[in-house]
Amino acid sequence: MVQNKNTENPRNTMYRNIFLVLIAVVAILILVNVFHKEDNYNLKIEELRHEYAIKKIPSVDHMKLPALDKVFETPQEVTEACLSCHTEIHKEIMASSHWNWERVAYVEGRGISSAGKKNVMNNFCLGTSSNEQTCAKCHIGFGMSNSHFDFENARNVDCMVCHDNSEAYLKGASMAGYPDRNVNLEEVAQHVGSPLKSNCGSCHFFSGGGNNVKHGDLESAQLSCSREVDVHMAANGMNMECVACHTAENHQIKGKLYSVSPDNNNRATCEQCHTSTPHLSDVINRHSNKVSCQACHIPEYAKVNSTKMSWKWSDAGKLKDGKPYEEEDSLGNHRYMSIKGSFEWARNVKPDYVWFNGTAELYLLGDTIKSIPVQMNKLNGSYKDKASKIIPVKIHVGDQIFDKVYNRLIQPRLYSENEGDSAFWKDFNWEEASEAGMARSGLPFSGKYGFVETEMYWPVNHMVSPKEKSVGCAECHTRVNGRLDKLAGFYLPGRDRHMALDTIGYWAFILTLLGVISHGIIRIVITIRKDRYEKQIISYDEDKPLE
Amino acid sequence: MQKVYIYKGFERFWHWSQASLIMFLALTGFEVHGSYHIFGFEKAAEFHRTASWLLIGLIIFAIFWHVTTGEWRQYVPTTKQLKAQIMYYLSGMFKGEPHPTEKTHLTKLNPLQRMTYFGFKVVLVPITIISGILYMLYKTIDQNDLIVIEDYPLASIAFWHMLGAILLMIFLVVHVYMTTTGTTPTSNIKAMMTGYEEIEEEEHHHSTEKDNNQKDIV
Repeated sequence: MVQNKNTENPRNTMYRNIFLVLIAVVAILILVNVFHKEDNYNLKIEELRHEYAIKKIPSVDHMKLPALDKVFETPQEVTEACLSCHTEIHKEIMASSHWNWERVAYVEGRGISSAGKKNVMNNFCLGTSSNEQTCAKCHIGFGMSNSHFDFENARNVDCMVCHDNSEAYLKGASMAGYPDRNVNLEEVAQHVGSPLKSNCGSCHFFSGGGNNVKHGDLESAQLSCSREVDVHMAANGMNMECVACHTAENHQIKGKLYSVSPDNNNRATCEQCHTSTPHLSDVINRHSNKVSCQACHIPEYAKVNSTKMSWKWSDAGKLKDGKPYEEEDSLGNHRYMSIKGSFEWARNVKPDYVWFNGTAELYLLGDTIKSIPVQMNKLNGSYKDKASKIIPVKIHVGDQIFDKVYNRLIQPRLYSENEGDSAFWKDFNWEEASEAGMARSGLPFSGKYGFVETEMYWPVNHMVSPKEKSVGCAECHTRVNGRLDKLAGFYLPGRDRHMALDTIGYWAFILTLLGVISHGIIRIVITIRKDRYEKQIISYDEDKPLE
Repeated sequence: MQKVYIYKGFERFWHWSQASLIMFLALTGFEVHGSYHIFGFEKAAEFHRTASWLLIGLIIFAIFWHVTTGEWRQYVPTTKQLKAQIMYYLSGMFKGEPHPTEKTHLTKLNPLQRMTYFGFKVVLVPITIISGILYMLYKTIDQNDLIVIEDYPLASIAFWHMLGAILLMIFLVVHVYMTTTGTTPTSNIKAMMTGYEEIEEEEHHHSTEKDNNQKDIV
């Protein structure tokens, strides 16, 4: 036999082999995974930080300009002073949606149509038509008190609302877009510059009648917040201005809101700075095919102050002793207002998720109701659509007045300075308010009204959290209570499975296990019997087993 | 008892590293599938990917080894004595009958094993690995990005990968159990560790010529 050498210590050989192999495999696995953590330094983000840390120094000090060194009687005089140097700038402004309150776009199914605050409806304060006097607080013009505003008059452009850097400018309440009477126009005129957060925020934070009412991800807390709230705007972070991302060329500002815009162009995107492959991990980068940046990086919105989640107009009009009243919740949010109805608010809200390809179907004044809840701005998209991605949204629900005969939403007249003017906020009469509002919109009113449920979608794009707080893999890749539970039509690993295969596979495995166990037991029993037989064990006396 | 050299060094290395990789892949894979939580989805997916590349590398080496050494012939299926082998496991072994086939370094697999491992290597592993690679690189197209797979539903890829995984687990159970059916319950497993298997001499009914031949090689 030649095996002498090997029989010396076969056990040692055996142990050595098995240990070497097992240790090698496990060691390789561990080493690769341990040394793969290279995400400490992401050059792309560092470059962006350097780029945006340098703040622009304005090339002009407006305090030194003689044209602005005078007493302004009216805000229009300020505009004239602006135009005395920036002679053609009004042409850019007057071509913008901030001025026109509408954009012309090609919309599938509608053709070339214009949409904007002039003619869309929403499920907050419903619409601007017949309420311009108060809605114009957020129009970059002076004197829009009714539908006869002159959109051609450059003197009415309000430069200050966007360019005031003194934070002293303020538009008056229900003053048709004119500044508050206490504003020092000279002070403001001499301190103009690139728009600050406070300029954009004066409208975009307070839309819907109060702070954070509409968006949920844009509110006054972002004027001075921590990185936890918003990494971009954080006072202790990059402290970026809105216009750092919402850049503008000729006053056409990048970015749009899908409650008033239907088309997919000139959007402000994360990718414009961060590129479509910002992560060091290829697997995560590949997610960007179908998943928007926001879906993971904005785990929740309304992080500081509450945002409105529902608004029921059907409850409006209740009076106490013949007078309108208001109720507040513990956080100071309105729970009920006689003029508006009842509300629900929420803070630290996990977004809903929808497929979105950048186009929306807006409900325009006069449209027929197609489905209930009425989709105020249906976001288009699906898994199959290659332009679609999963985005986080706030869904604002509610009910509002509609015409039962014509089957369309009613634009009621809400605001008036005086009673007896058919305005609901003064007279609390839906019929008169509807009659007046629809008449102004050029639409018939049947006289029969009811309240219909509505839904409105607010893409959540701001309040980006630090990367450590971003949505973890298992928050979607999980069988139960995942963030994407409601999205169907595609296979999500960890969430989905082939039920038949899983069930059959499970039982096949169990039966196999039982099979080998039974086989083994039979062998053991037979061996013991055979053993006993061969050893001639005939007594069960344990003390003295027979040899 | 006599010691016969059955499994060569590479074979043992290949077997045990493949075994540990497959078990590790199962552990992490079924977590990715959502069956349980151990590492957390992120880690499980990451480990699964790393281990899968190692397994692919190992299999490339194994194919190379099998081709260059001609060992692949051992896996060519045969029906000869297949029935006898099945009957042995179903009844013969309970009656204390000897193994119907002889185990040497030239015929280390019995007909049933040949059939099983042939299926394992030619059907089961390819299904799992190909579907796994497709799964790993899966991506539907974006306007500008590279396309790896276009519009082939991930659900189908996942189905085949899961099917492979289930069959592999069933294979694992039977395979581990079958190792106990050697001369002694541990002789097969020891053989895969040391390379040498203890085989009872009286069970060799075949020509001594072959035995001599074999000893020479040892």
